[in-house]
Amino acid sequence: MTLSDKVLERLRSGPQEPDLSGTRYRLLERLARGGMGVVYAAQDENLQRRVALKVLDLPEAAGQAGDLATRLIREARVLARLEHPGIVPVHGVGTLADGRVFYTMKFVEGQRLDKFLETVASAPDRLRLFLRICDAVAFAHARHVLHRDLKPANIMVGPFGEVLVMDWGLAKILPEATAEPLSAVDPDATLFAPDSSSAHGNDSTKSSVITGHGTVMGTPGYMSPEQARGEVASLDARSDIFSLGALLRFMLSQPATGSAAPRLDRSLAAICAKAAAENRDARYGDVQQLSLDVSRYLDGLPVSARRETIFEKTIRFYRRYRFFILLMLAYLVMRILLLLILKR
Amino acid sequence: MTDLTQSAGDRFPATRWSVLQAARSSNQAERSRAIDTLCAAYWKPVYKYIRLRWNRPVPDAQDLTQGFFVQLLERSLLEKFDPAKSRLRTYLRLCADSFVMNEQKAATRQKRGGNIAHVPLDFSAAEQELGGAAPVDPASIPSPESLEEFFEREWIRGLFELAVEDLRVYCGAHDRERTFLLFEKYDLSGDDGVSYDRLAGEYHMPVSHVTNCLAWARREFRRIALERLRELCGSEDEFQREAHAVFGWEAK
Repeated sequence: MTLSDKVLERLRSGPQEPDLSGTRYRLLERLARGGMGVVYAAQDENLQRRVALKVLDLPEAAGQAGDLATRLIREARVLARLEHPGIVPVHGVGTLADGRVFYTMKFVEGQRLDKFLETVASAPDRLRLFLRICDAVAFAHARHVLHRDLKPANIMVGPFGEVLVMDWGLAKILPEATAEPLSAVDPDATLFAPDSSSAHGNDSTKSSVITGHGTVMGTPGYMSPEQARGEVASLDARSDIFSLGALLRFMLSQPATGSAAPRLDRSLAAICAKAAAENRDARYGDVQQLSLDVSRYLDGLPVSARRETIFEKTIRFYRRYRFFILLMLAYLVMRILLLLILKR
Repeated sequence: MTDLTQSAGDRFPATRWSVLQAARSSNQAERSRAIDTLCAAYWKPVYKYIRLRWNRPVPDAQDLTQGFFVQLLERSLLEKFDPAKSRLRTYLRLCADSFVMNEQKAATRQKRGGNIAHVPLDFSAAEQELGGAAPVDPASIPSPESLEEFFEREWIRGLFELAVEDLRVYCGAHDRERTFLLFEKYDLSGDDGVSYDRLAGEYHMPVSHVTNCLAWARREFRRIALERLRELCGSEDEFQREAHAVFGWEAK
């Protein structure tokens, strides 16, 4: 049998590339690869807009298909319940003609955080960016969702400076009633709140346990020690706070293009250290506390992560009220000069 | 020696690493089978390459192609191949270049038809794929870089054609002829008008069954193609690189 160029291309990409026949989407290009699937750019033919389409890899073994499909559907549902400007919105979920599960989400045009930082030299600008990331994570925590994979590669910055937290594939949903860690049968389990409206009546998203294929999931350097130890059942918001601390340290130490590596201020270093403390009891209790400390630093106020010496307090006081202090000094100097002149 | 349509089971056992090991074997039968396997995968790319790169007329190109594979066996060229230095297909392409140049110089070529009689070489089909038997316009001969891409593309085409035939045999052996028919109509016909719904109607089966059949066939096709590819590589590293070149992702 002779294979035409067109058939050749189909066969080369065919086994993995999603077969979008029967859907309203047209495949445009491959964007990125994730842990369990690939993200493509696709055109929504009905709404005439570009979307990002995440689709599972073809399962290597028959038993894997169900697990991965469940995880992808779960990720889509996690996103669906997180309607926030800082979290990429999901448009829909479905099954391809070849049986693979996919979901579509907003196509984010922008840069990954690590790339974006190359263009931002100012520490206050970086801190304001970090606060927007904190807003999105705090919102997710308020909805009882832990991200569990916060890192520069999973943060996108749009053309207008908008921040989007991406890739919620490892997210963990805490039980809403207590928001406390529960003991699960599976030590590598993710808890999922029962959902009576599930369209997938028999899938395990309705139950409480989704396994992570027996492996520790996360990214070294950004993953909390308890997550790295595989204590999945006992994870709480402080695990994401550890990741935020590591993220903040990265954001403040990454040099912009053409400039030297910035020096980390002691207060900021203390904030990073507190957020990313080995012992989770020593970390901030929630993301708002972390945000508050960063905001206080930006406003020239003392931060809770560090006790200042009198000298440092004076310096900070001077920096904060420099204009008024200089004004007062100028006034006093003028008064003294005036008195001296009049005494003559 | 075997026919081009040799099935997966007729080729080297799964435990064998590659055709190169077989080609270096002291067993004559194994060596012959190795050359057969190489010839089955490479004769078309080599023929088309000689036609295009060396601008040789059809009879000469046919003769040179057969002569090349005979020389591969006679001069034990495969034993000189070092997978750490290059890919097998690059090595074979350079060997083909060297062979054609030597033949030009010596001009002592003899007709070699029949020396690899067990591998039927369908030159007319290859010529059709090339776009006709007319002499190639020298102006249209692509640059060396493009020729390398051309050789790679033809090599992939040859590999896939073998894998499709293997799949056909495999489906036949597992009572899945209908699955192969669906695969043939949807994935091999190149007809955009074919849809899952249409196939379901045509074969009186639910769409979900068409979906499952095509998913199975694609998975098996990929497995068979990678098996074929593994045979044609000299090392795991080369296999991974070639799998990436063929499918665009790491072979698992």
